[in-house]
Amino acid sequence: MKRVGLPLALLALLLGVWELYVDLGGADPVILPPPHDVLKSLVDDRGLLWSNFLVSAREVVLGIVLAVMVALLLAIAIHFSATLRRAAYPLLIASQTIPFPMLAPLLVLWLGFGIAPKLVVIAIVSFFPIVVTTFAALEAVDRDLLKLMRTFDASRGRTFWHVELPSALPGVFTGTKVAVVVAVIGAVFAELAGANSGLGYLFQQAEANLLIPRAYAAVVILSLFAIVLFALLTIAEHRVLPWAYQSRGDVAQ
Amino acid sequence: MIEAPVKEPRDLLERDTVTLEVVSRKYGELAALAGVSLRVRAQETVAVVGPSGCGKTTLLELICGLQRPDCGCVTAAPAALMPQRDLLLPWLGALDNAALALRARGVSREQARATAQPWLARFGLDGFEHTRPAALSGGMRQRVSFLRTLLAGKPVLALDEPFAALDAITRAEMQSWLAHVLEREPRTVVLVTHDVEEAVILADRVVVFSPRPGRVLADIAVPLPRPRRRVDPAVVELRERALHALGVPS
Repeated sequence: MKRVGLPLALLALLLGVWELYVDLGGADPVILPPPHDVLKSLVDDRGLLWSNFLVSAREVVLGIVLAVMVALLLAIAIHFSATLRRAAYPLLIASQTIPFPMLAPLLVLWLGFGIAPKLVVIAIVSFFPIVVTTFAALEAVDRDLLKLMRTFDASRGRTFWHVELPSALPGVFTGTKVAVVVAVIGAVFAELAGANSGLGYLFQQAEANLLIPRAYAAVVILSLFAIVLFALLTIAEHRVLPWAYQSRGDVAQ
Repeated sequence: MIEAPVKEPRDLLERDTVTLEVVSRKYGELAALAGVSLRVRAQETVAVVGPSGCGKTTLLELICGLQRPDCGCVTAAPAALMPQRDLLLPWLGALDNAALALRARGVSREQARATAQPWLARFGLDGFEHTRPAALSGGMRQRVSFLRTLLAGKPVLALDEPFAALDAITRAEMQSWLAHVLEREPRTVVLVTHDVEEAVILADRVVVFSPRPGRVLADIAVPLPRPRRRVDPAVVELRERALHALGVPS
């Protein structure tokens, strides 16, 4: 209870301060709407927000799936090939220095206004943590376990399938949890660069028309979406990999 | 005309042996083994005892073909390792962990399970087929680990301090258990341990190693009937001889 209760209490306090600040004349409510105006927009504009949310959610989910697939292939490839690792790892890290907000419009220019540039931007911003954690997990497999498999005459492929790949799954989940958070940000950048639907697009339109509560409502929804994705992945992780969360104890005698 | 190569008839005694001739192994400047000669006959259990860091693990890895000697010669029948830590896969139940050695060489899951299943019962693990290592006791984990090594189907078993991590009571139980299993399922066994009593209880010969670099200090035959009891005066006497060879004052 404390785990959820305390952050919620702090959040309520911060919202209260914001509400008071605007109500007491600290800011023009048209420029900085008080929280209850944002809440009102969430209710009144729910149809509009929902339909645009579905567009953004589809981009994020597909983008993440693409990122996971690319990241897994890359992590496995650099795990197997030392040459590829030496060639690709510095470039992988360098890829994170790309200023994505500037890259997004350039990709839209090339790939058009459809979903393709969004998926590419989301995948580019979110594949990196998955590659790093998956690769680290593959490399962290106990050397003695690999020796053991050699004395069992296991081929490289069977050792990978039976030992290394399952060992790496917690790493895949860790990376993906980090990735979903940045994926939502990536989707917004991609939509701001050129789109005709989605919460990023709706945000842009609302802001241009000085419908500031609606712009805040879009921010709230995207933020909640990232939190929900993170929570869903955490639940899935505990379901799929229960062994990764058990500590060794002498239960049976 | 091509003649088929003549196959030499090799009897069991020739086949399932381990021979090391003046073997040395260094890691950089650090010498692990210096001129070790050792011969293990088929279906013989040889215990290697010595202080920590006397190259015992190196010896087993040489026997298993995981390392090559710097000089000297290692001739060994195919050997399967039982590591010091159980190294069970945390996501698999006891049955699948035991069957891993079979899966490693491409046996199907159904076939591997069918082969391992009767063994699990014989090892007192029935009812725990699908229990993951985290929920097994230390003794059970070592039994699963040993079964996995046994199911690798190699004539030689290389056991690396198999019971070192267990508490005293469980260790004593596991020693009697291993003696019993080896009686029914004879293999050529090289058992590395730092427990001299364990060596005398289990082995046909106790080979005493020096501190690093490891050399053979003594080779003590244990011509005692089984099962052996640790309070038996003959067991006590051989234990004291081995300890004496290790330089422990009695």
